[in-house]
Amino acid sequence: MPVRSLDEITAEILDLAAQQFRVPRAELSPEDDFFTKLGIDSLQALDLLTRLERHFRIELPDYELQGVSDFRTLAERIQARVG
Amino acid sequence: MKSFEGETLSWDCSDGVLEVSLHRPPCNEIGRPTLGDLERLVEALGALQDEISAVVFSSAIQAGFSAGADLGQLYREMQGLDAPARQAGVREFLERIHRALNAIDAAGAVTIAAVHGVCFGGGFELALVCDLIVADRTARFSFPELRLGLVPGFGGVPRLKRDLGNALVRDLLFTGRSINAAKALEAGLVSQVVAEGQALRVARQMAQQARKFDRETVRAAKRFVKPIPYAELRQEIELFCELFARPAVEQSLRKFAEGAGVMPYLP
Repeated sequence: MPVRSLDEITAEILDLAAQQFRVPRAELSPEDDFFTKLGIDSLQALDLLTRLERHFRIELPDYELQGVSDFRTLAERIQARVG
Repeated sequence: MKSFEGETLSWDCSDGVLEVSLHRPPCNEIGRPTLGDLERLVEALGALQDEISAVVFSSAIQAGFSAGADLGQLYREMQGLDAPARQAGVREFLERIHRALNAIDAAGAVTIAAVHGVCFGGGFELALVCDLIVADRTARFSFPELRLGLVPGFGGVPRLKRDLGNALVRDLLFTGRSINAAKALEAGLVSQVVAEGQALRVARQMAQQARKFDRETVRAAKRFVKPIPYAELRQEIELFCELFARPAVEQSLRKFAEGAGVMPYLP
């Protein structure tokens, strides 16, 4: 797994989220609250988590999402697992 | 009864395979209606035992296999009851759900859970009574009960210990986290992970394979390879009832039932 910058990881998350929840990619930005912006509940958030784990080939325990609601911070959590 | 259309689940038996479909919105929460239908299913399994070789459980609800116990119903039933009545009510429910799930666990036919999406708490416990779990890649498994001040009450811990190494059992319990299908496969919890939407199809193929084998041999092999931990299951009921009596549990259930925790499925 090649080393990725935080910006690259953030961009990939935004791409995946836009695709999964059918939101125009141009409407998403790193500082957005993903629950509000994507209009998702906790079950759908877990679905996003599953896709992110598969995409980045990591295991991301869902308690890592405590206090995380924006894409940038989510990217930081993922970067910590990707290495 | 070879076919049945219930409030929470339905089944149909054809060519030696009984297919059970869970369909209670929003996500197959297990309360008294589901318990009643499961008890009817157990009766049917007994009546059809010389005709069926496999039982397949799946969910018709998009969100997942089952989100677990109907906590809202549990909370509402507690209201207006004194402590002894609450205890009696929850104990009665647990005794009945254990009887039903133990009977499915002990069924002579090969039982297969086709899991997609959330498989949490009581839903996870239903999957665990099955001989085989096939999960699609959207599946997630979790025991979140400690968040409520409880432990899994439908037989989850004894059955999880039957299948997994204790370190992962402790991880699941003490963090309440969910694990994805790949992790579940790696841990030996599920036997196959398949593409999204394919779990039921693959489960049906497994059922067709199981049909080829002599029923008596399968029954004997099941008793040998999958012992039912009756003593630990009894201990679990006692522990659950003991914890249920604590005031913190009612507070947690109220928070869940009244939507105060707006993201109930995240830890």
